[in-house]
Amino acid sequence: MRNLLRFLWKYSNFVLFILMEVYCLYLVFQNNSFQKAGWINSSNEFVGSIYTTVNSIKEYFALKETNEMLAAENALLHSKSLDAYAKYIITPKTISDTILKQQYTYIPAEVVNNSVNRRNNYLTLNRGYKQGITADMAVIASNGIIGYTKDVSANFCTVLSILNKDAKISAKIKRFGELGSLIWEGGDYRYGLLQDIGTHVKITKGDTIVTSNFSDIFPSNITIGTIESFVPREGGEFYNIQVRYTGNLKNVTHVYIINNILREEKKTLEDRSQHD
Amino acid sequence: MISVIFKHTARFIFLIFLQVLVLSNIQLSGHINPYLYVFIILMLPFATPVWLVMLISFVAGLSVDMFLDTLGMHAAACVMMGYSRSFILKLFSPRDGYDSSTEPTLHYLGASWYFSYSLLLVFIHHFVFFFLEAFNTNQFLFTLTRMGLSIVFTMALIFISQMIIYKPKDIRKS
Repeated sequence: MRNLLRFLWKYSNFVLFILMEVYCLYLVFQNNSFQKAGWINSSNEFVGSIYTTVNSIKEYFALKETNEMLAAENALLHSKSLDAYAKYIITPKTISDTILKQQYTYIPAEVVNNSVNRRNNYLTLNRGYKQGITADMAVIASNGIIGYTKDVSANFCTVLSILNKDAKISAKIKRFGELGSLIWEGGDYRYGLLQDIGTHVKITKGDTIVTSNFSDIFPSNITIGTIESFVPREGGEFYNIQVRYTGNLKNVTHVYIINNILREEKKTLEDRSQHD
Repeated sequence: MISVIFKHTARFIFLIFLQVLVLSNIQLSGHINPYLYVFIILMLPFATPVWLVMLISFVAGLSVDMFLDTLGMHAAACVMMGYSRSFILKLFSPRDGYDSSTEPTLHYLGASWYFSYSLLLVFIHHFVFFFLEAFNTNQFLFTLTRMGLSIVFTMALIFISQMIIYKPKDIRKS
């Protein structure tokens, strides 16, 4: 026994070496049973917390790439979202009735481009001839008129806004039925000018202006705006009436395009009468 | 004495972190990594008892294993290296022995001495580690190539470290 101990002491370094190597090899080859040596791997608290810290530092250097990646991903998601798909298949509702003949159909549309700050303003809508749009169809928003269609492509149409020097809308004062024409002189997009109302009409501030029955384009009695102020024109026969539009032309997003089914009939008839 | 212990402890911690956080993330053409942390064992003073060298080697190896999930491979390689160190020191011993208060440095016994000393130990370490890691004679040549390249890489870093740590002023002193 003493000899053995002496022997071990003499070769203590070698014994220690063998013990350590055996333990190491034991660790290597029982690799799979992690429970036994669970603390000697990166899942332990200490190593994990150091890796977390280092990673949070590394993330700073990758911020630019991460941002670019996220932006690309956002763009992809945006292009996949429902908003990116224009709804082009629409069926205007027509109702068959034996007493009342339907004259107007309404087609919902979205404003895809708009301006109010130029002298001649146009809008673009996401409807075209594939959806049955033709030129000279009325465009209204839920609270007022917007304009009428001008050029039509397959899936888009441009709208001549009432904020345009070419726009001349036949209008009337709702209370009296007195007819005038509404133009826009530029400047403030919230106000238009109603002309040709005689000074004999007892108009007051706040009277409602609506579309007249004479228009080929607009159905009658659609609200345009209210009287903001009025002054007699030189000569004193007619008023210059400042009209405040009820519709907000700047922020309009959803509009209706109105198809006048009977327009062709009316127009043909009128043309024939004029030619004769 | 205290300052020597402090110096080696600081070097130990620094090299382990350098190894697991930086060097092991270097991936030169596949998975050739330098293992500079063996520098800890190379730099222990001549007078360090063998059992302490082995213990330090063991702890160093296990620390690296902990981070790299190699479970015992680095420890086995390090213990082997630590145990071999005494023999290699004996083998390359100068006629009048070592000055026991110093450490093995590039400038103490010259570049060729330091090169053979470190190359042998690094080779032992890498040999044990790579063959434990592969543990497969099928890939013998591939493992050998990887080992050779890693040894070159490690050796280069060891010499660079030596040159950085010991300034010309220290050379004149020793």
